[in-house]
Amino acid sequence: MNISLNWYDWLGLFGHFLSLSLMAIGGAVTTIPDMHRFLVVDQHWLTEAQFASSIALAQTSPGPNTLYIALFGWNVGLNAGGYGQAMLGMTLSMLGALLPSMLLTYYATRWCRSNRDQIGVRVFMQGMAPIVVALLLSIGWLLSTASNQQGQDIHNWPLWLLTAVTAVLAWKTKTHSLWMLIAGAILGAFISL
Amino acid sequence: MHTETTTIQNMSPTHPHRNAPTSVWDLFLSFNWLSLQGFGGVLGIIQRELVEKKKWLTHKEFIEDWAVAQILPGPNVINLSIMIGERHFGGRGAVAALAGMLLGPLVLVLLLSTLFAQVADLPMAQGALRGMSAAAAGLIMAAGLKLMTALKKNIMGITACALLTSATFIAVALLHQPLIRVLLGLGGLACLWTYRRILLLNKSNTHTEQQIAHHLNDHSPHQDAP
Repeated sequence: MNISLNWYDWLGLFGHFLSLSLMAIGGAVTTIPDMHRFLVVDQHWLTEAQFASSIALAQTSPGPNTLYIALFGWNVGLNAGGYGQAMLGMTLSMLGALLPSMLLTYYATRWCRSNRDQIGVRVFMQGMAPIVVALLLSIGWLLSTASNQQGQDIHNWPLWLLTAVTAVLAWKTKTHSLWMLIAGAILGAFISL
Repeated sequence: MHTETTTIQNMSPTHPHRNAPTSVWDLFLSFNWLSLQGFGGVLGIIQRELVEKKKWLTHKEFIEDWAVAQILPGPNVINLSIMIGERHFGGRGAVAALAGMLLGPLVLVLLLSTLFAQVADLPMAQGALRGMSAAAAGLIMAAGLKLMTALKKNIMGITACALLTSATFIAVALLHQPLIRVLLGLGGLACLWTYRRILLLNKSNTHTEQQIAHHLNDHSPHQDAP
């Protein structure tokens, strides 16, 4: 895929991520649909396959899953020319997506710490605990559904089983996550045959 | 149950035996190391490394920090690293933790992406990626399952916690409700309920300030005895 971007387009890329940064309540995952609309549907800067594999790669490689934003920018840059543009795209995307939320977190943390013993803060911390636990379970569930929807229906159950077995192993044993992911990759490769 | 209580006690913020990073450099290296181990998401690894191994945080503190990281905009694990870094070395700590979290993995993911682009059209490569995604989803769920033990001590009681957890899961995972609605609705309900419980405890004569403090801070005096 070949595209050409002018400075106004680069600014638009930066601005789009900037505008989503403070909307990403509950994590950047919640803004994925919006990024898809902008990068793939409206601007045609990324292909569907590039978009999907960026998410899958960032999810399975080490580090925060958010790195798919870096890959979006990187791939837009690659489509536009070469590695120089890829670096530019990656930097603009990450800066835009992270800078506002990072500053907010930094100052909110300081505020929370100095007001730690206030009843409102304590109520919030206690009250949110069950919601937070449920959100972790839900994110796992949603990611599992997302990865299954990419496959054909008849092949779905082994992937579900894989998710369930991994969850129980990681919950009850000290198995290193790398082994479970390698096992997942091998099983996935064979399921696809 | 008793052992669990004492374990959490020993790691409480006011307790001298709780561990802490020794320097900004230690913070950077620790976060870089855990981030590089975090195949399929870092959240599970943060919980394992910083709570279970290094003991920089208790289960309860981890949940509290995560609640804040979750409600603030931005990627949760990034928020979490800023919060933990800031707590220990202020602004320098926040930058160190954040840089540790991003730098190594960023280089790695670019390499992987370049390699994957060569084989992206092979069904086997796509299958492998799908299999890894499914396993990664399981890892995140495991982190949630582990944190459920911390809910036993919640002031709302186990029944209310179970109800809230189920309702949240149904709303987010099954009904695909927007997160902001769930956080405001169910989260608001949970906070009101917590507040009511505290008021009730305050009124009843059988509960002292200290017992309320025990629920809220997990470092009440009577628990510090071994």
